[in-house]
Amino acid sequence: MAECGRVDSSTSSHTMDKSITLPPDEIFRNLENAKRFAIDIGGSLTKLAYYSTVQHKVAKVRSFEHNTKDADSDKLYEISVQEEVTARLHFIKFENAYIETCLDFIKDHLVNTETKVIKATGGGAHKFKELIERKLGLKVDKEDEMTCLIKGCNFVLRNIPHEAFVYAKHADSEFRFQTTHPDIFPYLLVNIGSGVSIVKVESEDKFERIGGSSIGGGTFWGLGALLTKTKRFDELLQLASKGQHASVDMLVKDIYGGSYGSLGLTGDLIASSFGKSATADKEFSKEDMAKSLLHMISNDIGQLACLYAKLHNLSRVYFGGFFIRGHPVTMHTITYSINFFTKGEVQALFLRHEGYLGAIGAFLKGAEEDSKGGVETCIISGSRLLHKVSLDLSCENPNQYSWGENYAGSSGLMSVSPDMNPMQRARSGTFDMLEMDRLERQLVNLPLLQDPSSYIPDTMDLTEDALAREYWLYCFEEALDGVVKRAVASQPDIPEANERAEKFRQKYRHKLQTLRHQPFAYGSLTVRSLLDTREHCLNEFNFPDPYSKIKQRENDMALKYYEKAVKSMEELSWEQRQFALVRGVLAGNVFDWGAKAVSDVLESDPEFGFEEAKRQLEERPWLVDSYDQWLERLKGPPHKCALFFVDNSGVDIILGVMPFVRELLSRGTEVVLASNSGPALNDVTNGELQILTERIAAMDPVIQAGLKEDRLTLVQSGSSSPCLDLSRLDKVLAMVVRERKTDLVIIEGMGRAIHTNYYAMLSCESLKMAVIKNSWLADRLGGKLFSVVFKYEVPAGKPSQDSAALTPS
Amino acid sequence: MALNGHQCDDDTIDEDETPTKQPRSNKEMPGYFRNESNNEAASPAGRATSDRRTSNSTTRHRIDSLKKTRPPFPWFGMDIGGTLVKLVYFEPKDITAEEEQEEVENLKSIRRYLTSNTAYGKTGIRDVHLELQDLTLCGRTGNLHFIRFPTHDLPAFLQMGRNKHFSSLHTTLCATGGGAYKFESDFRTMADLQLHKLDELDCLIRGVLYIDSVVSSGPSECYYFENPTDPDHCIQRPYTLENPYPLLLVNIGSGVSILAVYSENNYKRVTGTSLGGGTFLGLCCLLTGCSTFEEALEMASQGESTRVDKLVRDIYGGDYESFGNMMSKDKRESVSKEDLARATLVTITNNIGSITRMCALNENIERVVFVGNFLRVNTLSMKLLAYAMDYWSKGQLKALFLRHEGYFGAVGALLELLHPS
Repeated sequence: MAECGRVDSSTSSHTMDKSITLPPDEIFRNLENAKRFAIDIGGSLTKLAYYSTVQHKVAKVRSFEHNTKDADSDKLYEISVQEEVTARLHFIKFENAYIETCLDFIKDHLVNTETKVIKATGGGAHKFKELIERKLGLKVDKEDEMTCLIKGCNFVLRNIPHEAFVYAKHADSEFRFQTTHPDIFPYLLVNIGSGVSIVKVESEDKFERIGGSSIGGGTFWGLGALLTKTKRFDELLQLASKGQHASVDMLVKDIYGGSYGSLGLTGDLIASSFGKSATADKEFSKEDMAKSLLHMISNDIGQLACLYAKLHNLSRVYFGGFFIRGHPVTMHTITYSINFFTKGEVQALFLRHEGYLGAIGAFLKGAEEDSKGGVETCIISGSRLLHKVSLDLSCENPNQYSWGENYAGSSGLMSVSPDMNPMQRARSGTFDMLEMDRLERQLVNLPLLQDPSSYIPDTMDLTEDALAREYWLYCFEEALDGVVKRAVASQPDIPEANERAEKFRQKYRHKLQTLRHQPFAYGSLTVRSLLDTREHCLNEFNFPDPYSKIKQRENDMALKYYEKAVKSMEELSWEQRQFALVRGVLAGNVFDWGAKAVSDVLESDPEFGFEEAKRQLEERPWLVDSYDQWLERLKGPPHKCALFFVDNSGVDIILGVMPFVRELLSRGTEVVLASNSGPALNDVTNGELQILTERIAAMDPVIQAGLKEDRLTLVQSGSSSPCLDLSRLDKVLAMVVRERKTDLVIIEGMGRAIHTNYYAMLSCESLKMAVIKNSWLADRLGGKLFSVVFKYEVPAGKPSQDSAALTPS
Repeated sequence: MALNGHQCDDDTIDEDETPTKQPRSNKEMPGYFRNESNNEAASPAGRATSDRRTSNSTTRHRIDSLKKTRPPFPWFGMDIGGTLVKLVYFEPKDITAEEEQEEVENLKSIRRYLTSNTAYGKTGIRDVHLELQDLTLCGRTGNLHFIRFPTHDLPAFLQMGRNKHFSSLHTTLCATGGGAYKFESDFRTMADLQLHKLDELDCLIRGVLYIDSVVSSGPSECYYFENPTDPDHCIQRPYTLENPYPLLLVNIGSGVSILAVYSENNYKRVTGTSLGGGTFLGLCCLLTGCSTFEEALEMASQGESTRVDKLVRDIYGGDYESFGNMMSKDKRESVSKEDLARATLVTITNNIGSITRMCALNENIERVVFVGNFLRVNTLSMKLLAYAMDYWSKGQLKALFLRHEGYFGAVGALLELLHPS
């Protein structure tokens, strides 16, 4: 239900208006392009949602025409930076006190929008209706709260990988994020606003309020205010966190003298809430009463939730509402209660963006109606330019796309730290933001995951591993100067690049600082999330592809050696060749600007060659070494189809991967090369790989034939990350994988095979190859710098390929 | 020989009681039989079954065996809860002249003290209206008295026991409730009394089934509310608890226990909640400054909960947010103590109703019996519970109440004295 806070909002809010100066470009971002507004006004917080289109620069590669190729022979392809318009959803949360200031700000910055209506939900929507209509000139269209809440909940559960978490106060990390289950339904949503609503959600459109309770946040607030004369909700929680409930509650041991053994009820269990305040003639402290009240209400809600979950046979129970919202105290007591009543069978789940659900839902409701209502003309005005953009960007239902949380534009969980004194919090006037980018393609699971529901991409959870966290945060901070330098260098002709790069530095450093204090801010902290955050921040400041020029140079250079490399392979015996090919992939993988140890060398010694890399490689036996099994397997029948997730540009892809691919093709195995959709570090993008492959095909009949006969296919992964999340891949990739009956997955590189997917279990054979180019990580894994991981796995239960080889069908 | 055996400490009582017993026993029979046969079907080994056999028997032999096992007077059953001590006392009315003569002075004095008063000390009260007369227990006929006092006055009670030399009677004091454990050593050191401790849920169920089976005259033990959703036509009606199983037994004392009972010996505790009678009284004391349950109830009966609770009129008609209006300063200032008491009562009661209903659904049980002292003189809560059961289940669930609401544990303890299991 709605938040409540009717206490102060009307009286004190207006006095604060206007006195606040907003840092607008950091809060209501992109307002010039905004359209389709929705607002959710609770008792104390307002959540605003809008859609905007973002123009940002993207690096595109384009092959030179064949006739001009000779003229400009030192360059393989042309890089151009183009403006691209993408869709973004903005959600901003602020205290009701600022509502008027914010509406004024929006009014002043809204340009020429066709928007006529603002969707509204929440208990306060009615109260502020007139104000909104007057200020914005938009008609307030009220939407049902519960519908909005559920819509929003479905949306975040589907689109934000680490949305849900378990809160365990005494674990190493309090937050344990849940991996997105492919099927989010059915679930129970327990919304603890003033009262409690218990909703069973069975599908996108089917939900039912199956129960509720009058004892909720309002009871805590109201009764708490009566008992302690403390008005503010936050202060009551603060009191509660300091109290001792045993002085107010009658415990089992107060009645029994100890535990009630035959029922297994321990002595510390509350037998009667407030039971002692009836029998004793004494004063009780505010803290103790608040604590007792908190326990009473949390336990009661937890118990009811469990009874409903049991009755409807539901195991996923999410809790939300203002009673929960970011408050460790209430998350803890609710978690405790659920554990107690279900004996640990059901876990209480909380949502990172719980506060936004109503606004997201209201926004989606509006979008759905618009998309049904047909095409709508809209003019999107930028601050500098006025463009007409294609209408399909704005008028479609967001639910038809996949969306991704933009780490650069989102505040993260508990941006308003609950540890802060509530008075400070109130005055600080914090704004919390969530931005979601529309992804160009729909993302789905790799069909070859053994168990999609238990798949966790990341090898190390830095949220839980304090030592690793410290190292990686330090590592990323150390690398920041280099990244800034490269970003500036990538745009040599643009004078304000320096300024933007500096802004990028500040933003990313700030993110790192936030993550140091709140590692849980964006879900599980992982090397992947740190890398992705950096990419998001770079994009934010229009550095779409800082490595584009480096990649181009490296690709050019590597191509020159391709024929020679292939030829040297052909001279080897079959068995020697198999080993040389693997060594080639591994040596190629040393060429990685993402790894600090390597970028140092690459920068200081550009001549650092392929052969040099091979020499640096660890001798067998490698750190992880199943090469013998791999070789045995190669002696058997060829694979039907291999899916190869590639890594870096240049030497890696051209001299390492391509010869390997060539061998697979020669064996009769079809190959699907999966590369990033967008740029990340020096990873080869799909666009670049298309051109490279064409060029190689021109030199190499095997590759040529592969392309021609459709036995070599290039697909994009759907990702723009140096890491790999096999649960969020391009739908087309999944389709190709299925069609080709893929029976081998090859994952290359540290980001994709070690930081992520090291423990990923696939339902077919898999090969994970990487060189550890980070001494800390090498140390962690028991190896040293440039140690090799060669992990060939056959899923348990599959008939061994060795025996299959002995008995060919 | 056996009938005068030393198994019975008080030899003299055994004589000459059969003549008086027999007719009384018959008089009790209609009600007795009705339920017993049901009990028997459900639990052949049930304790009540042996009672039936006894009362049905005309052979001297049966009576003899009964005498052998019969404990000496006085017969007490005690339930020491978190808030109240409940005491049941069997006053034999078939004492012969000879017995009277033999009766030790202490025993006589205790009997007279208890039966000639309706209040004891400052806080002890005998619920005269609940007294069961002409009851045949273990071959003796008499009246069953129901007495209660606050648990915090237990020391005074023990002092009285000491003054009256209770321990010289060498009786076994059967006690249940948490206090039987907590105060066991106090009983020993302060009053030289040895407690026979019994499980409170065992006693509760035994007590409920027994009282329901023996009450045949006067007001029906079990009742319900007709038209619970229509305040103008909501009437209390007697109910015959035939085929009682399965039933959900909700005991509302300081806290609440919810039991699913499938037969006398087959039951489980489904769940419980700490929001019970103790919470109502505790919160009322803090909010209104009252100090007794009666005071709190009286205030509640005059109050209006909607001034305190917040009605959600729009979406899900009928819902409200307990104490929701108290988030507002103005409303906090304008609210009366009576309103607060009322809101507390309504909140606690409805919550119990809500949890009970969910348990009934989960356990697939349609009959709910509410007991416990929270319901004493608390028609408001009973009607609310009746309403909640009926309304939310669309008439599927029936809320039943028992007149001896809080005394069943103590009765169960007494039965344990007479028929050790």
